[in-house]
Amino acid sequence: MSRPPEVNTDELRVRYPNVFNRPASSRLATPAMIVIALAILVFGLIDLDFSPSRLIAGINQLGWITLMMIPPDPGTSLPIYLKALGETLSIALLGTTLAATFALPVSLLAARNVVPSGIFRFPVRRFLDSIRGVDTLIWALVWINVVGLGPFAGVLAIAVADFGAFGKLFSEAIEGADQKQVEGIRASGGSALHEIRFGLLPQVLPVIAGQVLYFIESNTRSATIIGIVGAGGIGLQLAEQIRVLEWQKVSFLILMILVAVAAIDWISGKLRFAIIGQRAVA
Amino acid sequence: MTLAVTILPEPQLAALNAAYRQAVARKRLRLLAGAALFVAALVLAGIGAEVNLRTLFTYFGNFVSYFDRILTLENGQRVWTDIGEWLWGWRKWLKMLGETILISYVGTLMGAVVAFALNFFAAENTSPSPWLRFAVRRLLEFARTVPGIVFALIFVIAFGLGPMAGVLAIAIHSAGALGKLFAEIVENADMKPVEGIRSTGASWLSCMRFAVLPQVSAGYASYALLRFEINVREASVMGFVGAGGIGQELVVAIRKFYYSDVSAILLAIIVTVFLIDITTGWIRGHLFGREART
Repeated sequence: MSRPPEVNTDELRVRYPNVFNRPASSRLATPAMIVIALAILVFGLIDLDFSPSRLIAGINQLGWITLMMIPPDPGTSLPIYLKALGETLSIALLGTTLAATFALPVSLLAARNVVPSGIFRFPVRRFLDSIRGVDTLIWALVWINVVGLGPFAGVLAIAVADFGAFGKLFSEAIEGADQKQVEGIRASGGSALHEIRFGLLPQVLPVIAGQVLYFIESNTRSATIIGIVGAGGIGLQLAEQIRVLEWQKVSFLILMILVAVAAIDWISGKLRFAIIGQRAVA
Repeated sequence: MTLAVTILPEPQLAALNAAYRQAVARKRLRLLAGAALFVAALVLAGIGAEVNLRTLFTYFGNFVSYFDRILTLENGQRVWTDIGEWLWGWRKWLKMLGETILISYVGTLMGAVVAFALNFFAAENTSPSPWLRFAVRRLLEFARTVPGIVFALIFVIAFGLGPMAGVLAIAIHSAGALGKLFAEIVENADMKPVEGIRSTGASWLSCMRFAVLPQVSAGYASYALLRFEINVREASVMGFVGAGGIGQELVVAIRKFYYSDVSAILLAIIVTVFLIDITTGWIRGHLFGREART
């Protein structure tokens, strides 16, 4: 083994001044940001009423709750829960499909390469953004006012909330599409509709299909909670059992949700690969 | 230069044509079968979700008129004709919005710290032992699969009503989501620096600190900011179950049919979410270059 060469630190200092004498601004930037972040955190903890005694009491309580959850037991309500789970899956599937169907035409209007004029694109984009800015639960509350309590309100809530997300994602997929095909169709005398049908859609449909499948999966999660405000599905049962402190049933319902989400994850992963090949779409 | 298109002899062409047609027919059949399955699933789902088109058409007017109603003041005028009357509670609402943002800030930071502490154990290339990795992964998976609002419901009972339950629920959910993303960044990190540092006899902790962390910290910050954005939206509904923030005001306004208040609070939420989106997007673009803006 050879010894490492002798290092002359002074010489290195002279040769690399930037490494040894960083300007104060760049040395202090990170610590300053950390201090500010911590200061806001402390302010937040005080403002939001975090007190150690409350925290300890709560964790103690949480420990009891967890103990009472074991073992998970549906009691005699298993058929009701299975029905509620089916309802949840139906809400997710229908809501996502509806959203995708309506979002596709609108997303064309929001894509730069289909509608070049910013004046038309801008309002469409802001419209989609404002729909997206409102949480699914809020949409569920609004729809409950319209069609009444029940899973149908959930379907419509998911459809509307996802419409905004899909509109944005689809339009980005369309903007990412290759323009050459479109130009080819224009050159052969195709109309604007032909350009979209034969030039754009074949390119973007696999991407869109991947995204829709991904959303069905994530909507299964959203659909489990919209029941909390009364829009059907397993969340309704969950919220009720939490309110009456039936912890064994609660843990059983949570387990059901976990299993259902895992199953949907697995299926839609398989389907996604089948549709778009090995290229995973983010 | 002359170009010649050679046309294959008839029998050969016929065979190729037939093969092509068969391939297309098979593809069509598969597509049709898939579509039929999908439609069947939709019909089943329609029955399961008690879809009633008649209700929808009868009440669709309600949906439109709901927006009409929430955009009308009590005196029958449009809301924008009297901004002062419409936004009468702006002091209270701004305070609640501030609380919402604070809830998501504290929750995101707590979750990010937990995720940061756990992610090296969850990543395939840095985890000290396989069983530890398995345990941490399952823990993170649990934390992100159970919806945040379910945690909030349980925490409201354990910790009492108020923003504390919301913060903890958001923290747990963020820890699960960020832990996974952080671990993925670590898995993409270059392992050569780790080898270099390990060869000097450094401990596992020093390897993480000096070899992995400098590579991944920008990615961490980017994902944490993205999560903050999502959490602001989530915190806006935490109030529905009594876990603090503007959601509480909103749910009261909706349940009590204070129509113009609903639109005012919705407007406030949308504007806040916009501002947060734009600000965090700008910070991410500024700090980490354009490519980090996923």
